[in-house]
Amino acid sequence: MTNIHVEDINIAREKPHHEPPAGWQQYFSFSTDHKVIGIQYLVTSFIFFLIGGIFAMVIRAELITPESDLVNRTVYNAMFTMHGTVMLFLWTFPSLVGLANYLVPLMIGARDMAFPRMNAVAFWMVPVVGILLMGSFFLPDGPAQAGWWSYPPVSLQNPTGHLINGQVLWLLSVAISGVSSIMGAVNFVTTIVRMRAPGMTFFRMPLFVWAVLSAQIIQLFGLPALTAGAVMLLFDLTVGTSFFDPAKGGNPIFFQHYFWFYSHPAVYVIILPVFGIFSEIFPVYARKPLFGYKVVAISSLLIAGVSALVWVHHMYASGTPGWMRIIFMLSTMCVSVPTGIKVFAWTATIWGGKLRLNTPMLFALGGLVMFVFAGITGIMLSSVPVDIHVNNTYFVVGHFHYVLYGTVTMGIYAAIYHWFPKMTGRMYYESLGKLHFFLAFIGTNLNFLPMHPLGLQGMLRRVSSYDPQYTFWNVIASIGGFLLGMSTLPFILNMIGSWMEGKKAPDNPWRAIGLEWLVSSPPPVENFEEIPVVISEPYGYGKSEPSC
Amino acid sequence: MKIRQIVILMAIAIALIAASLWMGQQAYSWFPPQAAAESKLIDELFSFLVTLGTFIFLGVTGTLTYSVLFQRASKYDTSDGPPIEGNVTLEIVWTAIPILLVFWIASYSYNVYAQMAIQGPMEMVHLHMPMGMESANAAPMSQTKPVEKIEVLAKQWAWVFRYPDQDVTSTELHVPANQRVRLALQSEDVIHGFYIPAFRLKQDIIPNQTIDFEFTPIRIGKYRLTDSQYSGTYFATMQADVVVESPQDYNQWLAKVKTYHRVPAYNQAASEYFQTSETDKVFKTGYPTVAPAVPPLVNYSGKKESHS
Repeated sequence: MTNIHVEDINIAREKPHHEPPAGWQQYFSFSTDHKVIGIQYLVTSFIFFLIGGIFAMVIRAELITPESDLVNRTVYNAMFTMHGTVMLFLWTFPSLVGLANYLVPLMIGARDMAFPRMNAVAFWMVPVVGILLMGSFFLPDGPAQAGWWSYPPVSLQNPTGHLINGQVLWLLSVAISGVSSIMGAVNFVTTIVRMRAPGMTFFRMPLFVWAVLSAQIIQLFGLPALTAGAVMLLFDLTVGTSFFDPAKGGNPIFFQHYFWFYSHPAVYVIILPVFGIFSEIFPVYARKPLFGYKVVAISSLLIAGVSALVWVHHMYASGTPGWMRIIFMLSTMCVSVPTGIKVFAWTATIWGGKLRLNTPMLFALGGLVMFVFAGITGIMLSSVPVDIHVNNTYFVVGHFHYVLYGTVTMGIYAAIYHWFPKMTGRMYYESLGKLHFFLAFIGTNLNFLPMHPLGLQGMLRRVSSYDPQYTFWNVIASIGGFLLGMSTLPFILNMIGSWMEGKKAPDNPWRAIGLEWLVSSPPPVENFEEIPVVISEPYGYGKSEPSC
Repeated sequence: MKIRQIVILMAIAIALIAASLWMGQQAYSWFPPQAAAESKLIDELFSFLVTLGTFIFLGVTGTLTYSVLFQRASKYDTSDGPPIEGNVTLEIVWTAIPILLVFWIASYSYNVYAQMAIQGPMEMVHLHMPMGMESANAAPMSQTKPVEKIEVLAKQWAWVFRYPDQDVTSTELHVPANQRVRLALQSEDVIHGFYIPAFRLKQDIIPNQTIDFEFTPIRIGKYRLTDSQYSGTYFATMQADVVVESPQDYNQWLAKVKTYHRVPAYNQAASEYFQTSETDKVFKTGYPTVAPAVPPLVNYSGKKESHS
């Protein structure tokens, strides 16, 4: 029995026009094909991931000894500022947008995104942001050194008085990145709401699509605040306004509100698609339907909703009154309820299944375990008295790296391996993939677990030197960091090697259910010859063999 | 069979609880010494969260580990698992229990926060909130009369402490043990953070504001004050010693130091800034930086040789 019925609904003439693919050159063209753009995002962001990783190596090399003895303190400050900026704005955001770009139209049975040209414009802003940020290394003032938060007044201190300096380029980059993301968000929300195939009701959408929808709604309401904050800061810095400059009567705390009003929800913009990836991968490799599909779908929207009301938890130690600290503590803790629902649902999905531990499943399982850990330290951080102690210490750094590396990056790897056969038409090398997983899993824990005792002891983030009693855990963390650096090598080897020479992939190598597995690998331009009609829920494992 | 399952489940639950309680006790050893009354409260709260967190972590990862070890498909087995799509009772349970836990953790945290009564900015606002009624709980912290309000001035990149009644300035913070200490925090340039890990207390210092801050040191000794809000190039060097001493020693110190002449204090940031060659770095290039503020003139800078 097939559970997906294909029918021509004759909308071919409405479809947008694409140039025919032209081999590798298409990836350097202004292509409007969502699949090309998806790969463009993924490859570009991975290059920046490597650059951000090199910055991290410099940081870990400096911190292997207590003294500031590797690089000048200004260089160190530039390193952690650019590490954070690159990893967020040029790795996690664009790589997940790339995955969503590739997968969402395929998963909902559309031929492309709603606005293909805007999609391409949004992508081509990413290299512009990257070039601006990297170019700031060559300015006489050097790149921005105020941390990725760019809190004024530190970010307003301009020691040379030059109009073009690293901080200005940084603010421009963030603003451009914001515009690009807003364009992406408009495109995704429109596509998901308007372009679903017949029969693809909301409650038949794969959970990755639900997660992308929730995440992109956050972008729509949150990004304007960050962009406004960045523009005001830019005015303070360049034309002498005084929104945030206390020396001229401005209020620096306002900037923190603007910044965190978006930048905490931004964490959910990043993590929700990864939750979606987990929800796609666990049923396939456990051979069971996703446990509690509807609740898991709605929990994404709930997380998006609550995320708008938690930003002050970054400011417990700032100039916030007590009542505000308490209200935001409660709202922050509430995030754990829908998140917990997801974790329990995944555990129940895996329980009693017929597990296949392929590379994507290993990365997803590793990511889930590390996410549970990150969630628990997250609850600790939301508690005001505990946070007053560990705020701005390495405990926080450890926590969010368990989220951003342990969960998000592991999830992105899982997704890349899972959909690699679909994207390239080739199988990856399983043994290299497993080697990559073990290096990454061990490296992540070695690198980021020691940060928790360091933070509890009181070691602050962003320090270029520290008291000698913190040395032991820093050495361990640095070893883990270098191991993580090495873990990218088998991945790069695997991706390049298998894309060029890998075994040809069948249309559905994992026997997975979903519209993307019905088309050829790689899918044809415009995906579906005939738009499919969907007649069942997305995770029917164990009920019938999926149709191929 | 049924009884056997119940016994096994009970045994697992007891083992989990035991492991979690043990971990919760371990948590105390992860902190610096408890040098302020507030430290105890925070460590107890953290230990409770560690106990709870360990239970959840072991519960979830234990279940996953069991699946990974014992529920794998054999190599040529292409069959699927059972098509279980959900279980309403289970889903209600794992929604309701976290909600209850959240309220438990939040109310415990709130109680600790109210007992700490650490002041902070905009206290006028919070006095109108219900928290004001909880002040009875704060009694253990405020039994003693607070000492004079010590002025704390933060600047790039130095700490200066001024005892206004004695007109004494110092780059080392001396406070008496077992008395409520009141500070007035001020910043001259950017946002700094007042943080003494051994006290578990932290407060950002906002330029153009005076922020009142209170705590009760309880353990005699020397601790470190650090700048907890990134403040620019020499951020990491912005540290000072905090000496908690008996009230007699404290008063003696004040009387003694009052007689000292004011001299420029040693300042790590300034000394690095004026260092002409960076012989101590592997890579020598650097970018322009904000110049450190002039090292403060103080009666006492912690360096004994400068006064003897």
